[in-house]
Amino acid sequence: MTHVVVDPVTRIEGHLRLEAEVDAGTVKDAWSSSTMFRGIELILKGRDPRDAWVFTQRICGVCTTVHAIASIRAVENAIGARPPPNARLLRNIIMASQMVQDHVVHFYHLHALDWVDVVSALSADPAKTSALAQSISTWPTSSTTYFAGVRDRVKAFVDRGQLGPFANAYWGHPAYKLPPEANLMAVAHYLEALDWQRDFIRVHAILGGKNPHLQGFLVGGVATPVDPDKQASLNVGTIAQLKELVAKAKDFVTRVYIPDVLAVASFYKDWASIGGGLGSYLVYGEYPDDDGAHPNLFLPGGVIWDKNLAKVEDFDPNKITEYVTHSWYEYGGGDGKGLHPSVGETLPNYTGPKPPYDRLDTSAKYSWLKSPRYADRPVEVGPLARMLVAYGRGHPRVKELVGVVLGKLGVGPEALFSTLGRIAARAIETQVLAEKLDSWVDALADNMKRGDVRTHDNDRWDPSTWPKDAVGAGFHEAPRGALGHWVHIRDGAIANYQCIVPSTWNAGPRDAGGKRGAYEAALLGTPVADPEQPLEILRTVHSFDPCMACGVHVLDASHREIVKVRTP
Amino acid sequence: MGAWLSEALVRRGVSRRDFMAFCTGVAAFFALPEAAAEQMATALQTAKKPALVWLEFQDCAGNTESLLRATHPTVAEVILDAVSLDYHETIMAAAGKRAEDALTKSMADHAGAYLVVIEGSIPVGADGAYCTIGGRSAQQIAQEACKGAAAVIAAGTCASFGGLPAAAPNPTSALSVADAVPGIKNLVNMPACPVNVENLTALLVYYLTFQRLPPLDAERRPLFAYGKSIHDNCERRAHFDAGQYVEAWGDEGHRTGYCLYKMGCKGPVTHQNCPVVRWNEGTNWPIGCGHPCVGCAEPNFWDSMTPFYRHLSGIPGFGVGSDVDKVGLGAVGLVGAAFAGHGLVKLAGRAAERRAEKHAHPPEAEPKAENKEKAK
Repeated sequence: MTHVVVDPVTRIEGHLRLEAEVDAGTVKDAWSSSTMFRGIELILKGRDPRDAWVFTQRICGVCTTVHAIASIRAVENAIGARPPPNARLLRNIIMASQMVQDHVVHFYHLHALDWVDVVSALSADPAKTSALAQSISTWPTSSTTYFAGVRDRVKAFVDRGQLGPFANAYWGHPAYKLPPEANLMAVAHYLEALDWQRDFIRVHAILGGKNPHLQGFLVGGVATPVDPDKQASLNVGTIAQLKELVAKAKDFVTRVYIPDVLAVASFYKDWASIGGGLGSYLVYGEYPDDDGAHPNLFLPGGVIWDKNLAKVEDFDPNKITEYVTHSWYEYGGGDGKGLHPSVGETLPNYTGPKPPYDRLDTSAKYSWLKSPRYADRPVEVGPLARMLVAYGRGHPRVKELVGVVLGKLGVGPEALFSTLGRIAARAIETQVLAEKLDSWVDALADNMKRGDVRTHDNDRWDPSTWPKDAVGAGFHEAPRGALGHWVHIRDGAIANYQCIVPSTWNAGPRDAGGKRGAYEAALLGTPVADPEQPLEILRTVHSFDPCMACGVHVLDASHREIVKVRTP
Repeated sequence: MGAWLSEALVRRGVSRRDFMAFCTGVAAFFALPEAAAEQMATALQTAKKPALVWLEFQDCAGNTESLLRATHPTVAEVILDAVSLDYHETIMAAAGKRAEDALTKSMADHAGAYLVVIEGSIPVGADGAYCTIGGRSAQQIAQEACKGAAAVIAAGTCASFGGLPAAAPNPTSALSVADAVPGIKNLVNMPACPVNVENLTALLVYYLTFQRLPPLDAERRPLFAYGKSIHDNCERRAHFDAGQYVEAWGDEGHRTGYCLYKMGCKGPVTHQNCPVVRWNEGTNWPIGCGHPCVGCAEPNFWDSMTPFYRHLSGIPGFGVGSDVDKVGLGAVGLVGAAFAGHGLVKLAGRAAERRAEKHAHPPEAEPKAENKEKAK
C-alpha cells in the first residue's frame, strides 16, 4: 500500500489537497482536504444586505458571477423585491455567458493537459494534423502551415530550455494515449481558446463594466440601464454587439470545443467506466423563463438516486444538512448531527497539524470544508448532474445531444456515470446554452421595442420598506453545480449568512456515518500506473472542475469565538 | 538569445512595425519621451527571459483571471512569454510535489533575479493553518520566496492591503504582503479587485526595460496607474459639475448617464486609472455600466467605503438644484481634496491614513545602485 499525497492540486481554483491509498495500481481509499479558509460570512455580519453580493462575489474570481447572483436572490427573497423582466433576461445572459466561458476554459486550460501530452505534439506531422482537424470540423484555422507554425512555436519554446508552466509535468506518462497529431491540434486550440475566452467575456464588460468581478448587479434588478435611444444605456448598438459575441461563441463551441471533446474522448473510452463515484445527483435548476414566483426553468431541478434516470425527484430545500465530523469546526450540540443551513453554526476548531506538515490525520478532522448531505446522503452536483436531470425530465435538446455524443463515441448511457461522462456533460451543456443565449438577447430587444426600459424594483430599495425580521434563500446553478445562499436580515442589517456551494458538495470530507464525499467516492478504483506520477487521480478530480475558494465553508456569523489551535 | 523575441514576434505574425507601435503605446502610457520606446524595444529583445513565480494564498483567483484577459493579443502574449512563468498553481501543468519542486528550482536557479507576484492575503491566525500549500503555511512560503526576489508585486487589493479577508473583524488575522513579510525592498502594490491587467503588464514591461520600479506613492502604488482619482478622469464628471445626478436606478438620469455620486459612488476618493484604461480591451468600466465605483483600489475599502450605496458624506443642502460650488466645496472639505489631483493618497479615508502612519514605506525615488549598473 502506497500513501500518495497530491498537494497542491494545480489547475484548479484555490487550494486542494488529496491523500490516497494506492495498492496494486488502484486507489483503495481517498481523502479530500481543503486547506484555505477566509471567514467571509462572519465579515458580512451587521452589514447592509444590499452590499452582500459585492462581498460574496469575491468568494471566487473564476466563477465571478455566481455568488453575486445567489446573494442577490437570497436578499430579494427576504425583502420581497421583484426584479423586472429586463433584469431577468440580463442576468440569464450574464449567467449563461459565465457558464459557456468557464466550461471552455476548464476543458482547455485546466483539464486538457491531463489528456494531452504537449511534448508529444512536437513530433506531430503538420500535414496529418491538418487532415485530422479537417476531418472533424470546418473550423478555418486548420491548414498544414498553421499547425507547422504552432509546432515550431512550441518547439522554440522548449528549445529555449525554460519550460515555465509546462515544466515538471508528467509528459511521456503511459496513460497519455493521443497520437502526436491529436496532441498538436489540442495544443493549437489551447492557445486559440486563450484568445477566444478573452474576447467572448466582453459580454460581461458590456453588461457589468468589467470581468472578473463585474459590477452591474443590484438587489432588485441590475445597474445597467436599458434604453434604445440613449448612449449611456444598453441600446440597439449594444444588442448588435451582444448578438455578434454570442454568435462567435456558439461558433467556437460548435466547431472547436465539441469536436475536440469527441476526438479526445474517442482515445480514452476506458475512462467511461472509471470515476463514477456516488451515482446520486442534485440540481436546483436555472434560467427562469418567466417572471412568476415559481418560474419555469430552462434547465430543470431535481434529484436522481443511484443512477436511476427513470425517476427524478423534486428538489426540497428542507432536506439539506451539513456535518462537521471531519471538518475543522465543531457544533454546540455535538459533531455527530447534521444541521440545516438556516440553523447552521460554524465554530472553527483547527485540530490539524501545525504547518509545515507532511500528513493529515484523516481518521479525525481533516478539511476546511463541511460535509453537506441531501436527505442524509452524499450527492454529486455539477454539469453531469444537470444534464442527467434534464435528460431524465425529457429536455428535448439535452436528450438529442446526449444521444449524438453517445452515438459518436459508440457507448451506452451507463458511460455517463464516469470521469468521461463529466467531460461530455460539460460540453453538452455548453452547446445547449451557447444556442440558447441568442434568444435572451432577442427577448431583451423585443422588450425595448415595446418601450419597456425597467431594470429595477425601486419599491424595495429603501430599507424602511423591509420587514423588521426577514429570512431568504437564493439558489443558483453555478458552472460547478448547485449553489445556495441563506440570509437572515434584522433591522436592515445582516444577522446571519450561510453559503453551501458546489465544491462543498463535491469536495467535502466524510460525514458522521463515514460516508465519503463525491471526490473521495469517485477516486475509488481509479487506476494509478505510477504512484510517483498520479496523473490518473488528477483526471478524475479535475473532471469535477474543483473550485476550492468557493467550497470552503465561510464562517457562520453567529459565532465570534477565537479559533482553538491544537498542535501535535 | 538576443534575437529571441524578434523571432517570436515573426512567428506570431507580428511585424517589427507593430512591435514598435506597441512599445510607443507603452511609453505613452507612462508619459515617457518617444525615445523611450526604442529603449524599451531593445530591452525587450535582448533581455534574458526572467523567471516569474506567481503565488496564490487567501485569494479568489480573480487576479489570475484578470491576467488571462491581457489585451493587445499578439504582443501582450509575447510579453508574457518574455517572462518564464515557472510557478502558477492555476495554470501550471505539474501538480503536487513536482509543482513545489519547480518553485524551489526556479528560486535556486535565479536567486536574486526572479520576480514574485503574490495574489491573496496571508493569514497568520491559527499558526498559519488558515492557508497551507504542500503542508506549508502561506507566510512560510511567502517569506522564502520574497527573500531571494528581485522584486515583489502584490497583485490585487488582498495582497496589497489585506483586502476582503482582512475586512472587519478579520477572522483569520489576514495580512498584506508588506505586513506578513516585512522589509521587502522592491515591493509594488497593484491594488484593485482584481488588478487591471493593463496596469500589471505595463509594470512588467517597465521593469524589464529599465530594471527598476516606476515611481510609487506612499502606499507603494505606481503613480502611472494610481496617481489620479477616478473622479478626475470620469466621463460623467461634467454631470457632477452641472449638478445632474442619478436619483433612482433606471430613472431618466441613470439612462442618460448622469453622475452616480448620490447613489454612493466612491470615485472622488479612489485612485486608479479605470476611466482611462477601462477594462476588457477597453470595452467598458464599472461606472460606464451604470454602477457606482466601490473604491476597490483603496486600502481597507471593504470597511471604509461601505455601505456602498450611501453617498460619500452627509453634505448639508446636497441634492438636485443645490448650489454646485457648495456641493463641490462640501465634498472637498469632507472627503478630502478629491479634486485637487495628486497628493491625495492619505486623504482617501481615515483607515488609509492610519495604515500609512503605521506602515510607512517611502517609495524609492532612486533605483538601487546595482540596478543603475544594469540600466546602463
